[in-house]
Amino acid sequence: MSHAVDSHKTQFLAGARACVPVAISVAAYGLVWGVLARGTGLSLLEAIMMSGLVFAGAAQFVALDLWTASPASLPIGALVLAALIVNLRYLLLTATLRPLYRRDQLGRGALSMYLVTDENWAMTVAAMARGGGSVAFLMGGGVLAWVSWMSTNLIGYGLGSTIDDPSRWGLDFAFTATFLALLLGMWRGKGDILPWLVAALAAIATAQHVEGNWHILVGGLAGSLAGAVLEVRKHAHVS
Amino acid sequence: MHTSPEALMAIIGMALATIAIKAGGLLLADRLPRYGFAAAWLRHIPGAVLAALVAPALVTGSMAEVFAAAATGLVFVLSRNLFASMATGVLTVYLMRIWLG
Repeated sequence: MSHAVDSHKTQFLAGARACVPVAISVAAYGLVWGVLARGTGLSLLEAIMMSGLVFAGAAQFVALDLWTASPASLPIGALVLAALIVNLRYLLLTATLRPLYRRDQLGRGALSMYLVTDENWAMTVAAMARGGGSVAFLMGGGVLAWVSWMSTNLIGYGLGSTIDDPSRWGLDFAFTATFLALLLGMWRGKGDILPWLVAALAAIATAQHVEGNWHILVGGLAGSLAGAVLEVRKHAHVS
Repeated sequence: MHTSPEALMAIIGMALATIAIKAGGLLLADRLPRYGFAAAWLRHIPGAVLAALVAPALVTGSMAEVFAAAATGLVFVLSRNLFASMATGVLTVYLMRIWLG
């Protein structure tokens, strides 16, 4: 029993540690969001509630675009719809976490998905690919991302003045660099070439024509389906 | 510390939409068969999503991003260290942007 608790704690801390590289980029954007939220006219309470409850960076930036200072003209339907659409890519991300949960844990598992972000998802699937990864590992990274996002939002809100774009310090590249390294770490052989290429090309084409983060969903779908078709056809050939 | 009923509704609505999507992926995956096409599809999602995350940033970026990506990849292949790779990428992009203007 105490052994199980120990390994949960170890996994939780390992998950948090794994997410440190990307937490830096989360913090840089958290600062910017806090500054912009104040400029857009969100009260401190509203900024705290949005970061704490919605906890989805891209959706929160889009919400600032739609937000109005007067409550009467607030486009509630559009805000909810935007959150739904901007977060659609999470259907793909959380689907891959299914092996972490026992069937009787799915109810609680669904609630724990609240703490899933691009960052701790990526670290967890990388750990799963190496034969590790666990719910505690996922949660460790999620809590680190949550604390990092929430605290820098508040600092940004408090500062209020114009903060330089994170790209001035190269911090915008932390995300790309880490995910590129994670991708290289997932290399399993020539079978990965086609799905990755399809994903990259579909994402590039989408990003050039559609704003927002549709390229993640479109590229992820196209590449994974291409990989599945290839794999199933290869097996059919063998048998 | 103030808010309006409208803002409260919008924020709670956004939160519910977000958790519904996130939980939806996990619960939908439970409905998929554990073998054959669906299982192969799920296995290929992580690599495809990461490739889709990274590719546009590199193609639409300037020479600074391309150099930084090459440096990141090189450091990762040599060291297998995520933090070192990230730090190399950020430092390279920072210096290259100053150098290239």
